[in-house]
Amino acid sequence: MNPVSVIFRRELASYFATPVAYVFIVIFLVLASAFAFQLGGLFERGQADLKPFFDFHPWLYLFLVPAVAMRMWAEERNTGSIELLLTLPVTQNQAVLGKFLAGWAFLGIALFLTFPIWITVNYLGDPDNGVIFASYIGSLLMAGGFLAIGSAVSAATRSQVIAFIITVVICFGLLLAGHPLVLSVAKLVFPQWLVDGVAALSFITHFSSIAKGVIDLRDLVFFGLLIGVFLYATSVVIDLKKAD
Amino acid sequence: MIEINNLTKRYGDLLAVDAVSFKVAPGEVLGFLGPNGAGKSTTMKMIAGFLSPSAGSIRVNGFDVEQQPLEAKRCIGYLPEGAPAYGEMTPASFLSFIADIRGIDPASKDRRIREVVERLGLERVFEQRIETLSKGFKRRVGLAQAILHDPKVLILDEPTDGLDPNQKHEVRALIQGMAKDKIIIVSTHILEEVHAVCTRAVIIASGRILADATPDELEARSRYHGAVTVRTADLEALKSALAGVPGVAEVVIDAEERVATAFPAKGQAIFGAVSRLIQERQLPVNEVSLERGRLDEVFRTITQQSGGRS
Repeated sequence: MNPVSVIFRRELASYFATPVAYVFIVIFLVLASAFAFQLGGLFERGQADLKPFFDFHPWLYLFLVPAVAMRMWAEERNTGSIELLLTLPVTQNQAVLGKFLAGWAFLGIALFLTFPIWITVNYLGDPDNGVIFASYIGSLLMAGGFLAIGSAVSAATRSQVIAFIITVVICFGLLLAGHPLVLSVAKLVFPQWLVDGVAALSFITHFSSIAKGVIDLRDLVFFGLLIGVFLYATSVVIDLKKAD
Repeated sequence: MIEINNLTKRYGDLLAVDAVSFKVAPGEVLGFLGPNGAGKSTTMKMIAGFLSPSAGSIRVNGFDVEQQPLEAKRCIGYLPEGAPAYGEMTPASFLSFIADIRGIDPASKDRRIREVVERLGLERVFEQRIETLSKGFKRRVGLAQAILHDPKVLILDEPTDGLDPNQKHEVRALIQGMAKDKIIIVSTHILEEVHAVCTRAVIIASGRILADATPDELEARSRYHGAVTVRTADLEALKSALAGVPGVAEVVIDAEERVATAFPAKGQAIFGAVSRLIQERQLPVNEVSLERGRLDEVFRTITQQSGGRS
């Protein structure tokens, strides 16, 4: 059997070995619906789409994905099991990838469980399901981006709390980079090319363009690169920090 | 066969392992001794492929650990210090994971797991979460993991640390039972263990090898080697009597234990002379014994000398 899939299955099972996973999923579902209905006014808008639902995903992920990512490597280092894992006949990249995919699958399961909200809008109206499908893809990609960042940060510390906080800060920066509020202020101070450059790094810019129903290659490449770069960073950080 | 050549590990300015070279052949149980921080664990981590050496090379069964890490790792079973495992798993799921990732044939997987579980007495806790197990059981789970694929090379970092005397005995028996055709490297700072399980002992301090010999040879380096210890009520009389025996270089009295120890001059055997003296003079002694040499004393002498030098 492929080592990546062996690690993937072990990691995914370990998420569900404690009640924390179920609590996480419940919180995610409750918040996702609460935001969509209360803050987004999903009903009141009178439109059959899930825009208010997806609009809040970046902010939900800001706290929930780092919570999933924090234990990824920090716990391995804290208990010393990293020494066991990396002396098994697997390459370090296989271990990084297996763990990442397991975390991503876990987030995917949580996201999938929001399907009742999709059923709801289909029952109430006639939404464009293509756009909704694209939004789900975009949301999953964004979660992967957050998770890859969390993976790299988690590899740098033994403390899950520190991993959580630093990941939140980095992801917050990347989210804000594309927020209209920040961009309009930045436009007054910085030259346009710099503002555009920063905005291009933003999760929100890329997510909302996918969420409009247009799966643009550039957005896919952005998230693909982001995940690739931070998984590579994870491997580099593990090497650097092995001796501690 | 393990061949280690000029192995060096540097952490910043700190030289943890300094140009260490040695070879281990199948059938040997190598005891790795040294004070804390001597570089034992670092060396073992490099052999197991966890840390990369700063310089030098390691070949395990002909595979270079740096160049062909996967092939090398396949022939090694490794128990890291403290026997880490995934606490939320049970020994059943943990060993199944290890079997899968080591590519053990699914047809023989269950039989193999049953064998090691029996061998290590894990039946009773097979379905309990590892984090709830006692230290002894955790250590046994770690050992089970290390021997699951029947590796040619076993590297055990302090396998008996923190175990009770019965558990220590079991682990030693296990090591002895496997020693025949394997290479086993055991690190420890319990010296009695060296005699119990090792065929060869390497003493390392400040990253350098200070001694590489059989346990018997090490004992022979002790100044106690060939000394005679006598227990008696009348120490003073005994001391002067012993001092007169030919070949005795020095007599030391331990008043607390009520024993006198006669040290031989270099290369002299004094046991016969001392026992004849006791018989002839009808000295009132309770116990006479010939010392084989004390490993702890050799260990201290060797490692502290080096500390003084560097």
